[in-house]
Amino acid sequence: MIQETVSFTPLSSASTIAQILWLIPAVPIVASGAIALMKQPLRKPAATVAIGSLGVSLVLSLFAFAHVLSGWAQGEAVRETVNFTWVQVGAAHVDLGWVLDPLAAVMMVMVSLVGLLIFIYSIGYMEHDENFTRFFCFLALFAGAMLGVVISNSILLLFMCWEIVGLTSYLLIGFWYQKPSAAAAAKKAFLTTRVGDVFFLLGIVWLFAQTGTLLFYNGGTGALEPLALGGMLATHAAWGLTAAGAIGLLIFAGAVGKSGQLPLHVWLPDAMEGPTPVSALIHAATMVAAGVYLVARVYPLMQAGVVPGGTTTALTAVTWVGAITAVFAALIAIAQNDIKRILAYSTVSQLGYMMAGLGLGGVAVGMFHLITHAFFKSLLFMGAGSVIHGSHEEQDVRRMGGLRRAMPLTFLTYAAGMLALCGFPIFFSGFWSKDGILAAAKHAEASGIGAGPFALLVFGALLTAFYMTRQVSYVFFGTWRGHGHPHESSRVMTMPLAILAFFAIALGAIGTPAWEWFKGFLENRVAPFSLAAFGAPEFFSLLGTSSLVVFIGLGLGWWMYGNKSPQPEEPDALEKALPPVWAVLRDKFYFDEIYGATVIAFYYGWARVADWLDRYVWGGAVAAVALLFRGWAQLNRLLDQYGVNGGFDKSCEELASGGGLLARMQTGRVQTYLRLLALAVVVLAAILIWSSRG
Amino acid sequence: MNPLAGYLLVAALLFAIGLAGALTRRNAILVLIGIELMLNAANLNLIAFWRYGPHPEFLTGMMFAIFSIGVAAAEAAVGLGLIIQIHRLAQTTDLDKINRMKG
Amino acid sequence: MSFAFWVVAALTVAGGLAAVLLKNLVHCALALTIAFAGLALLFLQLDAQFAGFAQILVYIGAVAILIVFAVLLTRSSETPAQGGIFSHTWLAGLVVAAGLFAVLAWAVIESAGGLPHESSAPAVTVMQIGNALMGRYVLPLEILALLLTAALIGAAIVAMHEKEGTK
Repeated sequence: MIQETVSFTPLSSASTIAQILWLIPAVPIVASGAIALMKQPLRKPAATVAIGSLGVSLVLSLFAFAHVLSGWAQGEAVRETVNFTWVQVGAAHVDLGWVLDPLAAVMMVMVSLVGLLIFIYSIGYMEHDENFTRFFCFLALFAGAMLGVVISNSILLLFMCWEIVGLTSYLLIGFWYQKPSAAAAAKKAFLTTRVGDVFFLLGIVWLFAQTGTLLFYNGGTGALEPLALGGMLATHAAWGLTAAGAIGLLIFAGAVGKSGQLPLHVWLPDAMEGPTPVSALIHAATMVAAGVYLVARVYPLMQAGVVPGGTTTALTAVTWVGAITAVFAALIAIAQNDIKRILAYSTVSQLGYMMAGLGLGGVAVGMFHLITHAFFKSLLFMGAGSVIHGSHEEQDVRRMGGLRRAMPLTFLTYAAGMLALCGFPIFFSGFWSKDGILAAAKHAEASGIGAGPFALLVFGALLTAFYMTRQVSYVFFGTWRGHGHPHESSRVMTMPLAILAFFAIALGAIGTPAWEWFKGFLENRVAPFSLAAFGAPEFFSLLGTSSLVVFIGLGLGWWMYGNKSPQPEEPDALEKALPPVWAVLRDKFYFDEIYGATVIAFYYGWARVADWLDRYVWGGAVAAVALLFRGWAQLNRLLDQYGVNGGFDKSCEELASGGGLLARMQTGRVQTYLRLLALAVVVLAAILIWSSRG
Repeated sequence: MNPLAGYLLVAALLFAIGLAGALTRRNAILVLIGIELMLNAANLNLIAFWRYGPHPEFLTGMMFAIFSIGVAAAEAAVGLGLIIQIHRLAQTTDLDKINRMKG
Repeated sequence: MSFAFWVVAALTVAGGLAAVLLKNLVHCALALTIAFAGLALLFLQLDAQFAGFAQILVYIGAVAILIVFAVLLTRSSETPAQGGIFSHTWLAGLVVAAGLFAVLAWAVIESAGGLPHESSAPAVTVMQIGNALMGRYVLPLEILALLLTAALIGAAIVAMHEKEGTK
């Protein structure tokens, strides 16, 4: 059931923390710039600067969170915005700004906390890498940009930070750029998210055209405030959609790209080419969550025009895309052998859950799963990193095994994360967050969306338990099948694991039906603590269903894989059972191949046309002009050589020969001179006599 | 024929002969001889005009001729001195051979 | 025109011709002397007695002798001239001389009608000439004296043997 929008009472003036909120993203970005100027050997200073900057962001985020929390506790809603005009063109002006409200506060704390832990983890993980400094530079830039996305009040500022996040993702996936596969994966990530971003940009432009403002909240005139929403609902776009619905869908398309939903999911598994901390931070906890956060942020738009008990077109689309992605990715995860790739598909699947949660149950439901997922997924990734480190850079699960004895701390924390992900009942946060989504799905069946999403999500939960059990039994149980001796990782790597494990368990407490603190916080409602909620019949049936599904999945997985440790050359147990199904799952439903044959081929065709055009038409034109100039130059040369030079030489020759001619008159003989004199006199005399005669 | 014209023609002829000799003979001394003839012809011209011209009592023509004779003498002396010196230096008086001013 | 004039004129011209045409230089000098003498007679015919006698004294008595001396002094290298006595470009000189004669003769003949016919002989005495020389023409006289002195010294220096130096 969709919650009604609760209106917030805006405060007249922003508090101090809101004024300095811009520091939260700014400090890491400046730190990134500073690190960029440092030379390679300055490893310790680089790490210190990065961690220090994120530490500052964390402290400020905590202050902001405390401010919002105190406001909520006092019953006053907190949504403070600071807006300013960036560019003014005539009557239209482009505004930027930031906002401090519960959604932003929660996200800020999560991003900076998880980020900080991963930064510390990276000191150990990247210790032997020679590009240590560059890594921290990119990490800091990413953190700053992500925090910028979180606090942004202007959709344009959000988009700019969104793009920077995409850029840093590209830089970090392709961190080991000498590897062709890494470079290709980075390019794939960037281009695939770009497709989504194009639609996002269209949505932004349309929003600006429709409402005249880019700000979300602006004292009544913002794009997400009732006045603008009303205007957008009144306008009709194509195919029975209102402007609000269409813009919502376009913005959701951007989220599809960034969060790896179907059909733009193809980049996320390949993104595992990056170092493990990158996978943990960006592709588990934060960047992929940015898509979910975006949908949450523009939720009023997505939800606009909803009738009680029903749903909007935009939210229906969000739900279905999320649900299908959840099952689709989980199916593929079953058949993967790379430890990080399993987790990558798992992330895609869980993001589908989050999207479905948003579509079915509202902001709080989706965001709760996002928060819990951030903690346990980054825990799982870092654990996987620890496993890889301890197995001497081995990533194939079939070459691991029995690590629970060699790496006990890693095993314990990994198990906590795994159970949270599966949604093991009661004790783990993942159970409560996933249950919230399932409850919303059940509730929403009556709203016109049908029973489809619920069924898909339940099936997805079963698959999740199954493939995680498979992975854990391959890695931690059975016998060691790799080379060398596995060893536990250093303290600097295991300590963040422990902290995250704690959160993976404890966070569940804020989202149980007995104490819906999280929901209340986000929606500015008081959340009473009552154990009576546990007694509600629908709660028990749901608890029963989801627990049953999880146990079936765990059992099935243990039965098939358990303590057995098949050699890498042997076929997988599932493969033996269902060979054709296994082939399809292992090859990812041939999505990459389909894209390669259609989109990529089309693109390459155009690239060839463009190349031909450039080479022969434009190049030909340039060559023709060059030829013209050369011809002209040749003509000039000829003119100069024969005309000017020749003429000059010739005239000099004439002069010389003329001089020679005249010189011959100077015979040096007296009589010659006398003759000439006499001749002159004769002529003179003749003239004089002649003239005097006349 | 007018007597004056006769004298003038004779003078002209003598002048031409002297010029021809000065311009065509190879020996330097003969150039000098030619020059002397030319001077004499000019003197004849002067005297003839004095005799048949107006105001012979002014003695202009005569004076002119006398001075001319004097100058001619001086010039002949210097000229012959030069010829002797050239002969000493070039061992010849052949004017075709004395062409150090050539070019 | 009297017969005497024609004879003397012919003599003078013949002498001049001989002076420029003869091969032997001494013969040329002597022919020149005859030409001078003829000219002196012509002066006498023109009632310029002083000029005539001055002509004889200076030209025949000094210049001709001087020429003979020069001929004799430059004789040592006098071999029978190779290539003849005339310059190998003698025609050019002849043409120029002929041209000159043509112009002069043409001038004379053209103006023959305007020339005075007969006039009485001027009565000129030596005393008049002397007075003129000392009176009206004293400056030219002095300058001529200077000129003669300079020419004398100059000729002597020019023709003098070099005591040292080149020979």
